[in-house]
Amino acid sequence: MSKKSLKSKQSDHTEFSSSVSRIQIIQSYLHRYPWLSSAGVLILAILSFSFFNSNFLTPGNLSLILQQVSIIGALALGQTIIILTGGIDLSCAAISVCCMMIMAKSGMGDPYIENDGLAIWLAFPLGIFIAALAGAFNGFLVTKFRLPPFIVTLGTLNIFIAITILYGSGRSILENEIDPFLLELSNIFKIGEFVVTYGVILMLLMYAFFAYSLRFTSWGRHVYAVGNDPEAARLSGISVDKVLMSAYLVAGLIFGLTSWIMIGRIMVASPNVPSDYNLVAITAVVIGGTSLFGGRGTVFGTLIGACIVGVFQNGLTLAGVDLNFQVLAIGILIIFAVTLDTWVRRVKV
Amino acid sequence: MAKPVLEVKNLIKTYGRVIALDGADLELYPGEVLAIVGDNGAGKSTLIKCITGAEKADSGKIIIDGAEVSFNKVQESRLAGIETVYQSLAVAPSLDVTANIFLGREIRRGGLFGQLSRMMDSSLMKKDAQKYISSLGIETIQNINQAVETLSGGQRQAVAVARAVAFSQKIIILDEPTASLGVRESSQVLNLIKNLQSRGLPVIIISHNMPQVFEVANRIQIQRLGKRAGIVTPKTHDMKDVVAVMTGALKLELKDQTLNSVT
Ligand SMILES: Nc1ncnc2c1ncn2[C@@H]1O[C@H](COP(=O)(O)OP(=O)(O)OP(=O)(O)O)[C@@H](O)[C@H]1O
Ligand SMILES: [Mg+2]
Repeated sequence: MSKKSLKSKQSDHTEFSSSVSRIQIIQSYLHRYPWLSSAGVLILAILSFSFFNSNFLTPGNLSLILQQVSIIGALALGQTIIILTGGIDLSCAAISVCCMMIMAKSGMGDPYIENDGLAIWLAFPLGIFIAALAGAFNGFLVTKFRLPPFIVTLGTLNIFIAITILYGSGRSILENEIDPFLLELSNIFKIGEFVVTYGVILMLLMYAFFAYSLRFTSWGRHVYAVGNDPEAARLSGISVDKVLMSAYLVAGLIFGLTSWIMIGRIMVASPNVPSDYNLVAITAVVIGGTSLFGGRGTVFGTLIGACIVGVFQNGLTLAGVDLNFQVLAIGILIIFAVTLDTWVRRVKV
Repeated sequence: MAKPVLEVKNLIKTYGRVIALDGADLELYPGEVLAIVGDNGAGKSTLIKCITGAEKADSGKIIIDGAEVSFNKVQESRLAGIETVYQSLAVAPSLDVTANIFLGREIRRGGLFGQLSRMMDSSLMKKDAQKYISSLGIETIQNINQAVETLSGGQRQAVAVARAVAFSQKIIILDEPTASLGVRESSQVLNLIKNLQSRGLPVIIISHNMPQVFEVANRIQIQRLGKRAGIVTPKTHDMKDVVAVMTGALKLELKDQTLNSVT
């Protein structure tokens, strides 16, 4: 068959139903670049908030949003890797808080004894190690016992919270008791009028690293393949369990580093840091265009998703809107994002 | 006759109370096309999965070039030069054609840079993938950057076949490779099988399509209720005979290959 006749047939077709095919084009673009719709939502949100409030689009406020995003963003990064494998981690924030308490408390020791704690070069790696271990524990339960990640991490969420409270005796550790190294990421520098914390920089560095790994290394490709269809991945010669295990372990490491950002941001180590961070992180991932069914999405999208959450929270607070409306708005966004994802996944080009 | 490349002896595989293989045997000789036919659930797919290490048989022997092997995972049989198109195709839908062809054996960039960065050599893989696809003679896949889920069922099958053909060194196993292909594409795959044979590569093909089986196969193994019910050749028997044995209407004598009614 000649290509010419095929082409003319296609153009006939588009003339007849141009509106349908335009929707199909949008659908296939979203299919290829799942973060496009999130970027649209982010721009729309920024435009409307700045329209209603002149204080919104100021360097000071944008800097603040970025700082607020650094914790959710870092958590959502680890979460993205796990969701890409087709899993989910409800325990992400609990791991961070646990790690934070271990670093702060082991570094402090008995508050009534001078210089009682571990040296910071021990306390810090210890915390990160425990976070990685916690991630690996999730991965172990998921791979060895074939338990659904949702149930596993619901269980470990509670376990990690309990351990944290027991270990920290339920007591917060205040700024003056925390080793200065742990507060390092609260330091700032200025780019013009923008104020950037080192915590934001660490978050962005982690994003760059994992954007690279997922896109350009075979490990990243296997993460997607396992999320697509674990059985197909296995038959294609991929060690599915190893990939899953590495994903949970790496996520644990990210949650560990997140705890460093966390301390720098809230300047206190407390076992009762907001427990809804894990859900907010999942929200950011989903709004960022990553499919909860696994195998589809990007960390770049997640970064946009985290910014959307940050912009909504900040913008609605600035507008003096009741906190419940913020929750409502985020809820609507989630439903919207998942509906869009389901629609886009039906694409046939 | 020459020594078999692959021998399977008395393989047993159960899934809970389901007996998928009930003492299955198989011999594959150098350079031949062996077809396996049988009803749904006769254990054809299970048999080849046990051979490739995708499943572990409960008992029995698998012998390659005279040495007993025991593959615990697909990677190991791949290393031994066995490539397989599984019935389920085993592709990752959201990845593109190139990524799927190189799935599980991505090529990394060379040199120190490649070692440190662990970066894949995307342009090389793309070039090779294009080569494999076009050597298959299936032109309907225009863009190898296309996600596999956007391909038709037949095109997906073509990707899986291209992958197996490209990498097989010793044996190639095709589990219903023409199931969702059109007439033209089917005959392309059949030609491909004949090509492989002329390259000296032995082929196992599972198919429900009798005319196709009779066109390409040197020998036809009939699988029934988890074991071999007989072996015939297209020269000595016709499709009616094969179907009769497959369904158990007639019984094939193993020693002289005569057909007898079931008593
Ligand atoms: N993973 C599994 N779990 C449980 N039972 C299975 C599994 N795989 C195969 N079986 C059973 O083993 C038997 C043989 O299945 P198999 O897929 O090998 O048949 P087949 O000959 O390939 O059939 P078809 O022509 O339909 O592909 C069937 O009864 C099937 O239900
Ligand atoms: Mg089968």
